[in-house]
Amino acid sequence: MKKYIDTGKKDTRSGFGAGLLEAGRADERVLAMTADLKGSLKMDAFAAEFPERFIQCGIAEANMVGAAAGLAIAGKIPFIGSFAEFVTGRVYDQIRQEVSYGKTNVKIASSHAGITLGEDGATHQTMEDLALMRALPEMVVINPCDYNQTKNATIAAAKYFGPVYLRFGRPSVPNFTPENEEFEIGKVYVMNEGKDVTVLAAGHLVWEAIQAADSLEAEGISVEVLNVATIKPLDEKAVIASAKKTGAVVVAEEHNMAGGLGEAVAGVLAANVPTPVEFINGGDLFGQTGTPSALMEHYGLDAAHIAGAVKKVLSRK
Amino acid sequence: MYSNEELKNISTQVRRDIVRMVTSAKSGHPGGSMSSADFLTAMYFNEMKNDPATWTRDGKGQDMFILSAGHVSPVYYSLLARRGYIPVEELATFRKFGTRLQGHPSVRRGLPGVFQASGSLGQGLSVAAGLALAKKLDGDEERVYVMCGDGESEEGQIWEAGMFAVYHKLDNLIAMTDWNGQQIDGTVASVAGEGDLEAKWKAWDWNVIVADGHDFDSISRAFAEAKANKGTLRPTMILFKSDMGHGVDFMAGTCKWHGKAPSEEQCAEALRQLGETPLGDY
Repeated sequence: MKKYIDTGKKDTRSGFGAGLLEAGRADERVLAMTADLKGSLKMDAFAAEFPERFIQCGIAEANMVGAAAGLAIAGKIPFIGSFAEFVTGRVYDQIRQEVSYGKTNVKIASSHAGITLGEDGATHQTMEDLALMRALPEMVVINPCDYNQTKNATIAAAKYFGPVYLRFGRPSVPNFTPENEEFEIGKVYVMNEGKDVTVLAAGHLVWEAIQAADSLEAEGISVEVLNVATIKPLDEKAVIASAKKTGAVVVAEEHNMAGGLGEAVAGVLAANVPTPVEFINGGDLFGQTGTPSALMEHYGLDAAHIAGAVKKVLSRK
Repeated sequence: MYSNEELKNISTQVRRDIVRMVTSAKSGHPGGSMSSADFLTAMYFNEMKNDPATWTRDGKGQDMFILSAGHVSPVYYSLLARRGYIPVEELATFRKFGTRLQGHPSVRRGLPGVFQASGSLGQGLSVAAGLALAKKLDGDEERVYVMCGDGESEEGQIWEAGMFAVYHKLDNLIAMTDWNGQQIDGTVASVAGEGDLEAKWKAWDWNVIVADGHDFDSISRAFAEAKANKGTLRPTMILFKSDMGHGVDFMAGTCKWHGKAPSEEQCAEALRQLGETPLGDY
């Protein structure tokens, strides 16, 4: 089992803020826009260094999407930042017409995704955003796993021409991927090679999957861990190849079942290499107030539950 | 500069195009197309700095126009054709399978003159504000024009954009409202009680101009005043009072022709009333 070192817990939204600043230094077309959440989105450093390229939109997300589309048409590279729910569900039609159908180079920076924003409760915890964004034709959907990868994915999103949905979160989570590794959009990162079962994970559940694989190895179970940092376009070849090799799959994500990574993987497998699959996700839920770790445990999104799902899927092989 | 008589010829031809396109497609939105035909003709032919030969989607070095009320695509496509962005003959493909002239404007097949898709209402003012802000950031002296409907202005996003444009001092933005007082379900007053748009935009701290949307002198004065507002750091809203279906007696002043195609007989009668022009039909 490959060893990963947690270099210290960090929030992925700060990875976004660091990546945004670096992207802004590299390309003067990069803009930061927010709907009254500059601090929450970690845009302060960008705004301080490039005050004319930081665009405060006020609590008016719909207009922010349209204005970003206009700026993109004129050649800018705007990152629009808000909480995941308010930059997807609240403005789905605006994103559909202005960004997706309108083919504009807008980057949607989606923070506080999933239930782990914690205490704010269900109005602010979206477990549906991946479904909404995956449904849009040509939308690139990225859910990096830690601070470093979020920073690197932000830089890659700025370089890529086209709509990107970049999802990250509020809580501090282990930081374990390489510091300055160029992020490849569309790549599935093999975190550990194994032969008995494949665990595909996205976001900070990649760390949980690695922890599960570590404990399972001690029991003699060899787990292949794949970091599906790009959820769309999904690297179908990598998914199929791993499923063919191991013959059993677990998909773990901080999202509901409907429209998430689990369904995406299940669709690919059903069409190409029918394989037993177990799902670690929210099911069909609205969240609730609580600490991130308490919610992860309650809804079964942690390493222990992933290990349990592995044993279950192995029994179905 | 085109004379009033020349503008009148063009807008009459545009109305002929609208009636023929919608009749041929057996669907579409003639009412708002005809109410906005005069001031949009003046905008494209006399007011906007625009050159079809050098058009690019980023609008660099040119004035830009966004049609927020995307359903009035017939007037848009006709003007793009008559102004030289697309072949006049292409108007025959309106709303037909395989066309670039989709029911509502699309950018996906590359349509010269069209900067952004529209159709879902209330969004174009935001896009135009973004374009105007980009021109400000780039030190670009050109302007951005946008047209909304009065019914469309029931959308909350219009007012979000109104706030944004003032906050960011977008005095290079000239918005127009086709104030025809009609929407699908009835008069604007009866459907949602929108109230006095002039008072509302003034309260939003815009430069507000009210003009007669069918009088080329009034239209010309309105645009001149709007352009003179550059430097005030406030955006301009021209409220063009107009008649839905203007130019054909049985189509005028009623919501019934918001989104309905004329029969062949009604089309012939409409064309007879409009009269022929030197430009000729497509």
